[in-house]
Amino acid sequence: MAKRAAPEVNAGSMADIAFLLLIFFLVTTTIPKDSGINRKLPPMEENDEDVIIKQKNIFTVLLNGKDQLLVEDELMELKDLRAAAIEFLDNGGDGSCDYCNGAKDPASSDNPDKAIISLKNERETSYSAYISVQNELVAAYNDLRNRRALQIGARRGFPEMDFVLMEKSYKDPKFIGNKDKLKELIDQIRSEYPEKLSEVQ
Amino acid sequence: MSKFKKQKDSSVPAVNTASLPDIVFMLLFFFMVVTVMREDNLLIENRLPVADQIEKLDKKNPISYVYAGKPAKGYEKFGTEARLQLNDKFAEITEIQAFINAERAALREELVPYLTVSLKVDRDANMGIVGDIKQELRKANALKINYTTGTGSAMDN
Repeated sequence: MAKRAAPEVNAGSMADIAFLLLIFFLVTTTIPKDSGINRKLPPMEENDEDVIIKQKNIFTVLLNGKDQLLVEDELMELKDLRAAAIEFLDNGGDGSCDYCNGAKDPASSDNPDKAIISLKNERETSYSAYISVQNELVAAYNDLRNRRALQIGARRGFPEMDFVLMEKSYKDPKFIGNKDKLKELIDQIRSEYPEKLSEVQ
Repeated sequence: MSKFKKQKDSSVPAVNTASLPDIVFMLLFFFMVVTVMREDNLLIENRLPVADQIEKLDKKNPISYVYAGKPAKGYEKFGTEARLQLNDKFAEITEIQAFINAERAALREELVPYLTVSLKVDRDANMGIVGDIKQELRKANALKINYTTGTGSAMDN
């Protein structure tokens, strides 16, 4: 009997099998893209003492059931909201805010620490309109903080970085630089323009 | 020297496909790694609104999802008003507290304070249901929330 060589396994269909698996995973893949606006709800306990806040320090934003925007009792377009909020927050009416660029109008907010934005919506308001308004108000704070970050960042060793980038770098484990100093700077800017957004239930 | 003059084969040689499986396997592994199977079967319409001042949801922290929207096609018997969905079924507003407690019980103890609730609400839903959800979350003391949105200009909403 002649010695027979073991036959070679045909690997030609390997590609087909791999393609089959590939197509399965291609179809089932949903690359996660979850992102959104972070908010903190106020805790439940009621504090009875009424804090008296001057009317001029409150910026009222009302979104009614027809998705119309009423800012300080006047009808406003969504695209003007950001500028109006910045103007209010950055006013610095009592002169204690030396980094504010506002008009220093005594009839508007005293300083960014006291300025409160009050957001009210009705049950019929649509969710997309509400998110747009939230987005614009967050944008107003971010714009102010970005400007401040560019002003003082260079002196503190973080030039050419706006606030959003700073926060991103702080969370990034690959960031090269002094994270303690960065944290200090972020906290300082946060306290200079604190996010005071209250929602009326 | 005619020795080096090879007889030229005029036909084009076939492309070697031996490395094709390797390439396909590489792609396969990539997709296998990034694949996340859908956790929840959506019974509602869920077109998220868009915004541009957004932060990434931190995957290191535990996340619970709360969906709301109009019942999807095939579930019209549940009405046309926006409904709440927890896990795989429709739920009532009052079930949120139990849901949050169940989510907390499934977590390691040190992670419980970091639980974030992601609100995935359809853009056409109204704020009534969102306000109710927020109120229930406050009662359950789940205060970290995230309005999950897509990316885009807020003016397009």
